[in-house]
Amino acid sequence: MTQALTSDQAAVLVDPDENRGGTGTTRFVLTKIAEALASILLVIVLGFLLFRLLPGDPVAFMVRERPTDPAQIAELRDRLGIDKPLLTQFWDYFTGLFRGDFGTSYIERRPVLDMIGERLWPTVLLVGSATVLAVALGLWLGIRAAWKRDSFFDRAQTGIALTLWSVPQFWLGLLLLVVTGGLFPSRGMHSPDAGPGFFAQGLDVLHHLVLPCVTLLAVFYAQYMLVMRSSLLGEMNADYLTTARAKGLRDDLVRRRHAVPNALLPTVTLVFMQFGMVVSGAVTVEAVFSWPGLGQLTYDALHGPDLPVLQGVFVVLASAVVLMNLLAELLYRVLDPRVRTA
Amino acid sequence: MTAPATAAAETPRAIAWRRRRAGIARTWHEFAAQKAALAGFVLLVLTVLLALLLPVISDSDGLDVTKATGHPLSPPDGQFWLGTDIDGRSVLLLTMWGTRISLLVGFAATVLSVLIGTVIGIAAAHFGGWISTILLRFTDFFLVLPSLVLAIALSAVLPQGIWTIVLAIGVTAWPSTARLVRAQTLTIESRPYIERSRALGGGHLHVVGKHVLPGVAPLVLANTTLVVGNSIIADATLSFLGVGDPTSITWGAMLETALNNGAVSRGAWWNLLPPGIAIVLVVLFFTLVGRGLETVLNPRLKGQHS
Repeated sequence: MTQALTSDQAAVLVDPDENRGGTGTTRFVLTKIAEALASILLVIVLGFLLFRLLPGDPVAFMVRERPTDPAQIAELRDRLGIDKPLLTQFWDYFTGLFRGDFGTSYIERRPVLDMIGERLWPTVLLVGSATVLAVALGLWLGIRAAWKRDSFFDRAQTGIALTLWSVPQFWLGLLLLVVTGGLFPSRGMHSPDAGPGFFAQGLDVLHHLVLPCVTLLAVFYAQYMLVMRSSLLGEMNADYLTTARAKGLRDDLVRRRHAVPNALLPTVTLVFMQFGMVVSGAVTVEAVFSWPGLGQLTYDALHGPDLPVLQGVFVVLASAVVLMNLLAELLYRVLDPRVRTA
Repeated sequence: MTAPATAAAETPRAIAWRRRRAGIARTWHEFAAQKAALAGFVLLVLTVLLALLLPVISDSDGLDVTKATGHPLSPPDGQFWLGTDIDGRSVLLLTMWGTRISLLVGFAATVLSVLIGTVIGIAAAHFGGWISTILLRFTDFFLVLPSLVLAIALSAVLPQGIWTIVLAIGVTAWPSTARLVRAQTLTIESRPYIERSRALGGGHLHVVGKHVLPGVAPLVLANTTLVVGNSIIADATLSFLGVGDPTSITWGAMLETALNNGAVSRGAWWNLLPPGIAIVLVVLFFTLVGRGLETVLNPRLKGQHS
């Protein structure tokens, strides 16, 4: 499994078709940025089509279970612009996005962008803390597992990581809820009885953060660990390590100063590559713990159903993933001199 | 593997089929030599048999909320081996019935995504030029897209039901298959016999149908087995989020009920463990079989294991 995992990773990182164009760095960067912009445009088109072409009349959605007269319906149709030609509709939607107009929620009757804005920071807090911990834990375990290859520690750690990796995230969250049995809060981000003041509020949020963060961490660290492990294994027989040892360096210095920095490269870009998976993880874990972030917003919008909110969340999250991948590609170029001069 | 003396009397088609049969037999032999893969295969067959035979060997009345006989959320005992859920239904019975929809959705979504992936992958490698460029960009685009969010968006606009889940998983899970098939098609098409076939006047249909497709089929098969596992997890996640048909019994829906109807807050672990372990086990069986097939069929991995 490890082998397949890393070869997939490598295939994504080093695209064999990459040398088609010129070799200049400027050209490379511009091409990548243009590609990312094209992808974001495609995201917007997809987001638009998904909610316009598929069956179901949005007006019928909005007025169901509410008494409405035909005049109100006509006014609604006019406001949504549903009777205009599709291209006009798309143009209105597209230009609206640049003015920060992501539409209005069917249910809360507020601008979608405001709703996304206030849900953004809880998600950043959750995903950010889980990612930082996952990278730290994954690298630490991966380095140790590779250095003692085929030892009991290596095999046990790889086994645990692979198991956690294949378990559905929401199930892990539910199990943690039952196992900890009320030790940590199970819902939301604040409790009403937390004292005032910055310190007490901060502690309260941290207390709520523990379970969702551990759930995400348990699933995320596996990939960092496995990639770091196989990347370091690839460096293990390199000549420069023999040289370093021949100089008389102690074993852990060889590891820390020579092997690890060279093996670190794939894991650094993995942080950004992983982002799509992180987003999916956040949606399910936030649904389990009612963490008031974008995932919870998606979950609530799905049950509405609140199509403008879903559309907005889709466009924002997918664009964020595209941008993160762009960062990964650019960073890889900066960090790896071999790719830079190729 | 030298041809027998009667080969001269055989038609080319018969020779091809005899070789294919021999190939399949050899593959099976190598596959069965791996204990873990064989165990996974046997357990998978048993699971499928159980799912198919359920209407015969168990009573579906126990699934009906109005006919439930147990007390709500009673822990495992002699009568209900895995306890009861919030409606007093047997968790064991629910978990077993959940197998049916999970396997059905898993297989159907996989067939759809592998079909899309294979067609796009072969087309991207075979035609080259601008078609290839566009298809590749398209594949990469879908590869980075957060598939769960796309699947949620899709299922919000489509009518509720298991076929919506199949569609949502199918149209989001194909890019990795497409990449794999494209790479393999490129390898095959660079071989001299393809050039010979083209020189003899073989058209696109002939080259793809007679040479490329049989060449990529083994790899697609191994990949398919692995995709089923992912599809089953995606299905569980989507039904946990409440996307599926509310009346059908699935593992994801069982876990959703457990969270929303108080089984989790009351610490009723017997409502959580059975469906979750069922998901993990079925995914594990598919992974074992898939890895085994891959070891035998993927030329890149072959050297490493022999």
